[in-house]
Amino acid sequence: MSKDTPTIVLVGHGMVGQRFLEALAERGMTATHRVVVLCEEPRPAYDRVQLTSYFSGKTPEDLSMTDLRFIEDHGIELRVGDPAETIDREARQVTARSGLVVDYDVLVLATGSYPFVPPVPNKDAEGCFVYRTIEDLLAIEEYAKNATTGAVVGGGLLGLEAAGALKGLGLTSHIVEFAPRLMPVQVDEGGGAALLRTIEEMGLSVHTGVGTQEIVVGEDGAVTGMKLSDGSELATDMVVFSAGVRPRDQLARDCGLTVGERGGIAVDEQCRTVNDPHVFAIGECALAADGRVYGLVAPGYEQAETAAATIAADEAAFTGADLSTKLKLLGVDVASFGDAHGTAEDCLDVVYSDSRAGLYKKLVIGRDGTLLGGILVGDAEAYGTLKAFTGSVPPVAPEALVLPAGAGAPAQLGPSALPDDAIICSCHNVSKGAIRGAVTDHQCTTVPEVKKCTKAGTGCGSCVKVLGQLVNAELEAGGIEVDKGLCGCFAQTREELYEIVLALRINSYQELLDRHGREEARGGDGCEICKPAVGSIIASLAPAIGASGYVLDGEQAALQDTNDHFLANLQKNGSYSVVPRIPGGEIAPEKLIVIGEIARDFGLYTKITGGQRIDMFGARVEQLPLIWARLVDAGFESGHAYGKSLRTVKSCVGQTWCRYGVQDSVRMAIDLELRYRGLRSPHKLKSAVSGCQRECAEAQSKDFGVIATANGWNLYVGGNGGATPRHADLLAQDLSDAELVRLIDRFLMFYIRTADRLERTSTWLERIPGGLEHVRDVVVHDSLGICDELEKLMQAHIAHYRDEWAETINDPEKLSRFVSFVNAPDTPDPVVAFVPERDQMKPDLPLLSIGMRPAEDVLEGSAQR
Amino acid sequence: MTLAPETTDLKVELALEGDWFTVCDLSMLLPGRGVAALLPDGRQAAVFRDRTGELFAIDNRDPFTGAAVLSRGLTGTHQGRPFVASPLLKQRFDLASGQCLDDEEVQVATYKVRTA
Repeated sequence: MSKDTPTIVLVGHGMVGQRFLEALAERGMTATHRVVVLCEEPRPAYDRVQLTSYFSGKTPEDLSMTDLRFIEDHGIELRVGDPAETIDREARQVTARSGLVVDYDVLVLATGSYPFVPPVPNKDAEGCFVYRTIEDLLAIEEYAKNATTGAVVGGGLLGLEAAGALKGLGLTSHIVEFAPRLMPVQVDEGGGAALLRTIEEMGLSVHTGVGTQEIVVGEDGAVTGMKLSDGSELATDMVVFSAGVRPRDQLARDCGLTVGERGGIAVDEQCRTVNDPHVFAIGECALAADGRVYGLVAPGYEQAETAAATIAADEAAFTGADLSTKLKLLGVDVASFGDAHGTAEDCLDVVYSDSRAGLYKKLVIGRDGTLLGGILVGDAEAYGTLKAFTGSVPPVAPEALVLPAGAGAPAQLGPSALPDDAIICSCHNVSKGAIRGAVTDHQCTTVPEVKKCTKAGTGCGSCVKVLGQLVNAELEAGGIEVDKGLCGCFAQTREELYEIVLALRINSYQELLDRHGREEARGGDGCEICKPAVGSIIASLAPAIGASGYVLDGEQAALQDTNDHFLANLQKNGSYSVVPRIPGGEIAPEKLIVIGEIARDFGLYTKITGGQRIDMFGARVEQLPLIWARLVDAGFESGHAYGKSLRTVKSCVGQTWCRYGVQDSVRMAIDLELRYRGLRSPHKLKSAVSGCQRECAEAQSKDFGVIATANGWNLYVGGNGGATPRHADLLAQDLSDAELVRLIDRFLMFYIRTADRLERTSTWLERIPGGLEHVRDVVVHDSLGICDELEKLMQAHIAHYRDEWAETINDPEKLSRFVSFVNAPDTPDPVVAFVPERDQMKPDLPLLSIGMRPAEDVLEGSAQR
Repeated sequence: MTLAPETTDLKVELALEGDWFTVCDLSMLLPGRGVAALLPDGRQAAVFRDRTGELFAIDNRDPFTGAAVLSRGLTGTHQGRPFVASPLLKQRFDLASGQCLDDEEVQVATYKVRTA
């Protein structure tokens, strides 16, 4: 860019900084200005709000909020690891640590805040940490490996998260809070009591009303404990300070900008510093015009927008912001909104409290009935609706809004009752009207489309549920019928068909089609979508509905995709591949030799699979029974590589061999693989068991993954590799063998019951209302009362499992299907031919290609016609 | 499912240049599934039977991949017409006309078929 191009320098690339850049780009400012970003951390902006999710499996990359394409496309000069060191306001120059000097026309400070560490002796000792950046977390994780106890100073939001994280790392955790209750800023005494009970039940020790006086260190200078203000001493191997944050305003102080008494760079309503029209400050480092420093991301975003608009000479002002928050802390809902502490004159409280259930709900009501604010602990279901009603008189009595369902008159006040100007997403300031507009004016028909269109729900995500309700309500109001049917033959979803099959014990596809199919499809032959889907449902439920558990029996044979029909995997030239089961990836040399001999004798191409077993390619259909006769004879059974069913349970060698292992991961993997083998499901199921937190088996990329801890097993669900990778979510911790197996039984059966056709657990978790929390409620807490049934169904499956291949090679009628030609059973298909490659062979492809069906139609899970 | 007992001895025959070529016993055909037949000139036919007992035969070769696999696809009914979906990339072909339902420029050969 030419020297005359005006330059905007942004100091700090956190969430607010990134939002500022986006706001500049939206206004076309990146095209007309040179934009330089000086970022102290070694990585570009990431989601600090979700920081703790690093400990539940999110990687720093997952947390990133920076699309480097965006930075590149807009010509932004982003310098990570190169913080601004001095500002010369006279010369309008910033000097970075690297020595780089940048002339600016506009300078925007978004330096955020730093963790406050109380000035106690030894606060910098080895074993003392703060909780602010990814680097902090990495350091805590490393140190925790050699620690057994951890203490967190500060019982606020971040402190509780930190304590939960320490517990997750296997440490005995303590929380030390100076105030008389947890989360003193957000909740009142009653809310704090409800919270305390639940937190203590999780096994965390809480010490409220005490201060930290000294960090005690051993001879080596490392932390051994802490002295508290009540005279007691707490033994601990590490201390995490989480006692609040302070604005990082040193740069501003050094160049003579006005800062507040308690810190924060003083700015006006345009976020411009009060001293210098060329300098702005936004986010947690700024002292807003209303005299407050906002420590939440939503107000920071609003300031970023305001500053960008001002620089672009649009009119905008930041006059103050809503401090409402909804959090899930260690699995407990905590929310506060509006005037949560009832500071307005003459206001009244409506309180519902049930300490036994850990519930506390308070609404603050004005004299005229206006809802002013409130606090919700234990159940924040109504948060979205209540917050949107804040400032108005709700259409029902306030007590009806806090009473639990069944008690009194529980008002199910849906989002449809909200006015159009109610803010649904406060992170991005999106009103109900804007969301309705996305549906009516922009033809969005799904929540992901509306998210993309309006940005609603892309911040903290707490409004996604309300968003879904609004989108559906709007679609219905618009008369747009969303056909959720499985295919052209059935108007029901897979889940509904599952319920029909189970309830009516229907074990015939034709009966289901003729009685429950769409009018026009009845009496027909169905289609390639519903046949395997129904075949799978019937197979999953076989023992319960009186169907044969053998997928080639009777009518079931006609429903199976070609892979299931030939119990092998069809490859591109019409040949098949064969995968015997190798549970847990453990195999004795004799069996390896058998596989080698078979592959050699039949001229098969062999390859090790990602699931720790061996795939043999190039078998002709008429060879399959011969190959399997030898495999079964050697003790192998079907690996179901062809089925929408359990594939493998990978494992690392675990405690038996590995010096780091803490449990026998191989044994567990074998047990799990044998337990769930042959289980037909909406899509394939993959699993893995790791013997320690090093996670060599990559369990977090599996549908259900198990990681050993010193106390048992952690169960992760919903992971996926492939085209849309997803890290699995932690479902439950420190389970015994029996608890683990029981939870997986329930989880899998609940998935099989409710997932769509070809919906992996990862997409299923993202789709179902309530997501992971709902699944946890159902399978861990049995909130629907169906766990008994789920377990029984799984037990029936296990009891009735038989090896499909052993059964097939002993059935002459079934074997007669494994022929190349019905009129020349032993003549090989001449199209199937091979040529040599790298000591083995590969398909010799028939030279015939006239193009592919459009890719989006081919992808699994997309077929809706 | 209705399988008439008198069909047991019937043969499935394809029309090839005026002659009828015997493929197999009708009982070899499972409703809703196909079989492959090798023809005297080396071509292959995929022969299907729907749930009403009606028979269809088309060329076995999947024009999209070149593999001889159409007999192994799943059958169905689309707007009242019978079809088979290729087991490889799932393109559908009308069993009566050979027309590909997902690409109007593609068609496979069909054969007249009868029982005798």
